[in-house]
Amino acid sequence: MTMQADPSANSSAASETTVDRAEIEKFSKLSQEWWDPTGKMAPLHRINPLRLQFIRDAACRKFERSVRSLNCLADLRLLDIGCGAGLLCEPFTRLGAQVIGVDPSASNIAAAKLHAEKAHLSIDYRCTTVEDMDVRERFDIILAMEVVEHVANVGLFLDRCAAMLKPGGIMVASTLNRNWKSFALGIVAAEYVLRWLPRGTHQWDKFVTPDELARHLERNGLGITEQSGVVYSPFADKWSLSSDMDVNYMVVAEAVG
Amino acid sequence: MTTQQSIVICGGAFAGLALALALRQGLGAGVPIVVADPALANRPSRDPRATAIVAACRRLFETLGVWNEVAGTAQPILDMVVTDSKLEDATRPTFLTFTGEVEPGEPFAHMVENRYLIEALASRAEAEGVELRATAVTGNDVRPGGVMVSLADGSTIDASLLVAADGARSRLRERAGIATHGWEYDQSGIVVTVGHERDHQGRAEEHFLPAGPFAILPLTGRRSSLVWTEKRADAARIVALAEEEFHAELEQRFGLHLGEIKALDKPRAFPLHYFVARSFIAERLALVGDAAHVIHPIAGQGLNLGLKDVAALAETIVDAVRLGIDPGQPDVLERYQRWRRFDTMAMGFATNTLNVLFSNESALLRSVRDIGLGLVDRMPPLKNAFIRQAAGLTGEMPRLLKGEAL
Repeated sequence: MTMQADPSANSSAASETTVDRAEIEKFSKLSQEWWDPTGKMAPLHRINPLRLQFIRDAACRKFERSVRSLNCLADLRLLDIGCGAGLLCEPFTRLGAQVIGVDPSASNIAAAKLHAEKAHLSIDYRCTTVEDMDVRERFDIILAMEVVEHVANVGLFLDRCAAMLKPGGIMVASTLNRNWKSFALGIVAAEYVLRWLPRGTHQWDKFVTPDELARHLERNGLGITEQSGVVYSPFADKWSLSSDMDVNYMVVAEAVG
Repeated sequence: MTTQQSIVICGGAFAGLALALALRQGLGAGVPIVVADPALANRPSRDPRATAIVAACRRLFETLGVWNEVAGTAQPILDMVVTDSKLEDATRPTFLTFTGEVEPGEPFAHMVENRYLIEALASRAEAEGVELRATAVTGNDVRPGGVMVSLADGSTIDASLLVAADGARSRLRERAGIATHGWEYDQSGIVVTVGHERDHQGRAEEHFLPAGPFAILPLTGRRSSLVWTEKRADAARIVALAEEEFHAELEQRFGLHLGEIKALDKPRAFPLHYFVARSFIAERLALVGDAAHVIHPIAGQGLNLGLKDVAALAETIVDAVRLGIDPGQPDVLERYQRWRRFDTMAMGFATNTLNVLFSNESALLRSVRDIGLGLVDRMPPLKNAFIRQAAGLTGEMPRLLKGEAL
């Protein structure tokens, strides 16, 4: 999920008719990898229900919907930035949202399209970046989950997101804090000891503190209305929300004043 | 809203119907819920057996809106007596008595006749929009994004998940290649309903006789339901006896404390066994109730264990679907399995230990267990803990068993 545009992006983008069989097999394998809860993406699958719940609950509060409704996001336009193979896009589509998933990796987008097709879900997947999107597009919900720590320019990235947020819309972001603890857990433990993530997945100096995030958002007239740490408990093998925002954390931002 | 894939439940007894109802209430009309079972053609059920419903499960039925339907025919167990004796003993010393309330006004268990409860579940499920199909599941073809379920009437259903609630000899479990681990007890349980002259005052009795437990469970209207354990050969002999001879065997064990007694239906013997499925899940398949496990009836926990599966699976599925997650996805099913399989093994182990401890004639074991029971009887906190355990109120409780709606 890197946010630097992939140079191969436009060449192999998924206009299915022109993609050859070997390519389709490659994407289908990639899509299986993404969607296998016991495979390479296992850590993401483990944390996914918690992310879904945090986002759904924030949206339901903001748009006054019931979390018990299977259609709680109906008629809401949702943008998922860095969507990968659609682990957030598919669930939110089922809950009624009109979902646009963007990712700079053409192969991720192809994998996402293949999977959505099998699940009979209609999702607008685009191989692009926020910077390259039409500035006139507007969304009720914008998601930047595990993305800001990968972008080249956090300020610019958040400016563009804020510009596409409808008045009364919400933005949800998750990332890694920058301190000694996030270095120990987010890099040393996750990439070297537990090997949840490939080495080099994260660069610690690109991690973003909640204060930095808040400052960028504030400049765009957005305030953080909710924030929560996300912690892993090894005994229960379970992620949960916590007031401890030292390593992984999520925020909800909306227009203030 | 587009209608999502169905959830198909194979088996229309307690577990299957309760699950269907719980899912329907938790998910609403967006996810079609289908129960398939040829036995649904023979409604109302004529099952002559009765079942002990412990407090946690009564709360589940109350939350599902079926308890009121059966409350009038349910007999609360107001207290319970446990004795340890040989068959020829003239008096049976009491080692343990429970006055059975988990909360003031809430008995730790009720005796309910199966036919009433099954009909209440079926009609409620139907009224709330569960599709009841009086036909068998003949095939389940897993494909990307779901499972195609074929029924004996020739139709097919595109489902996200198939649930095997098809009993101890589950065909679906077998077809999925899930092995079971367990053994046969050289015991059968004789089940018979007995009428008696005097009122039982809501008292349940469990006599640990050398051949195994002999339980007298109170029903409404001066009747009791018996679970009477014997060696398999003896059980077969006893149920085949002529009426008068059977009566003599019955009276020797039942005693005369409730006056004259009379068997009200034909006694039937069920061979006892124990097993736990090696896995409670497979691709797009989850096992619940007897399909997943059968335990010794010594502590009356079999159905309760099954209803705990139902409550846990319903909660897991409803929580997933409300997050837009495909409920047949492997990690969702894994969550259910983790929640239930350990608890089931623990209960299987406990009931097996009880049976080994009590179903024998060893004088040494007898004094050990009597001292143990005597101690428990004199220690209120310990006794209380046993009652709560027996009432199903321990462990990580699914919301439905706490009486909370999903």
